[in-house]
Amino acid sequence: MKKIIDKSEFISKLKNGMSIMVGGFMVVGTPENLIEEIVKSDIKDLTIICNDAGLPNKGVGKLISAGKVKKLIASHIGLNPEAGKRMSEGTMEVELVPQGTLVEQIRSGGAGLGGFLTPTGLGTIVQEGKEIIEVEGEKFLLEKPLKADIALLLGHKVDEKGNTIYSKTTRNFNPMMATACEIVIVEAREVVSIGDLNPDNIVTPHIFVDYIVKGDK
Amino acid sequence: MNIKEFIAKRVAQELKDGNVVNLGIGLPTMVASFVTDDKDITFQSENGMLGLGPAPKEGEEDFDLTNAGGMPITMSTDGVCFDSATSFGIIRGGHVDITVLGSLQVDEKGNISNWIIPGKMVPGMGGAMDLVVGAKKVIVAMTHTAKGKMKILKKCTLPFTAVNQVNMIVTELGVMEITPEGILLTEIAPDTTVEQVQEVTEAKLIISDNLKTMNV
Repeated sequence: MKKIIDKSEFISKLKNGMSIMVGGFMVVGTPENLIEEIVKSDIKDLTIICNDAGLPNKGVGKLISAGKVKKLIASHIGLNPEAGKRMSEGTMEVELVPQGTLVEQIRSGGAGLGGFLTPTGLGTIVQEGKEIIEVEGEKFLLEKPLKADIALLLGHKVDEKGNTIYSKTTRNFNPMMATACEIVIVEAREVVSIGDLNPDNIVTPHIFVDYIVKGDK
Repeated sequence: MNIKEFIAKRVAQELKDGNVVNLGIGLPTMVASFVTDDKDITFQSENGMLGLGPAPKEGEEDFDLTNAGGMPITMSTDGVCFDSATSFGIIRGGHVDITVLGSLQVDEKGNISNWIIPGKMVPGMGGAMDLVVGAKKVIVAMTHTAKGKMKILKKCTLPFTAVNQVNMIVTELGVMEITPEGILLTEIAPDTTVEQVQEVTEAKLIISDNLKTMNV
């Protein structure tokens, strides 16, 4: 199966109203070329799941500034004033989730789990509407799994089959998101031949990756 | 030394050899530069790394290697990178000895509010809720008041980040421990009276029998 596609083929995989997980933490590890293609396209009404809101002109912030995001699920939006503005205007819905809970929801979504129990958020507004479960005398919040239609990831080296390694702190949410979406698209800084990567170093196994788009080195 | 450096330097004294420590953005980040060479501290950054090195030189920044504020950093030679699920497993799992973070409000029950001012400022909680619940010791490092408004309260008025999790507060006026009885003032800044500290603290301070002067 040929996984390497060009940018126009990439856009053909997207539809209005889709939910999209985007890798990256404060734009570090975000596939900027894929984001740019969406900005240039007619795609809109997206639900974006990302650690944060990026910056106004970088990362998922570019999608927000272009008015393409209907709903954002993130842990932090403080460094993107545009996101805060759209949230208070009511033009973009924002759901704030503790970072550890968000990544574990994504992990659960990809790992076939029905959710998980966490002490994070107990006694805060995060608790509202959630079930509290006691285990051996300790209270936990039941948090449910999170999945999406598409994952957009940034791989440092990706082989033609989709095996992916990441660079330093660009890894962050990328490996979890690779497991939790119907279609997984990796922007590869470098595409290498099958067999070139040391199997011990591969972080995301190829079975999770559907498409590869060549990005910048 | 300005007020923030004074606070950061005092917090650095709390870090013990071998500790795993997470520093929040802002004033807490400054703590790293005051750690003395006799201590081997492993700094954790929740975006997915352990082992902070010295600040990068201008022009030599690696934008693949950043802290939780998105700023370029360097790694110590024993440094390691990992994904966010592992990172928060480290945090929630009790593998972080100390987390140092700033706050808008703290109260005498050890409740902390530092992620939202409804209607005004909604940055989000980021990793703070997980950090204060998961770290073995939570140190709040902040100025004692904000533009004359008190921050150390009987009860936080802003939405909580977590309940009953704060262990220690370090400000430019003193060091306080949260105890079941209330807030215990254990150290006081030089040339400061207990009355002066109490005047800018809404919660009633319990004064330690062994009150020391902050040695910074």
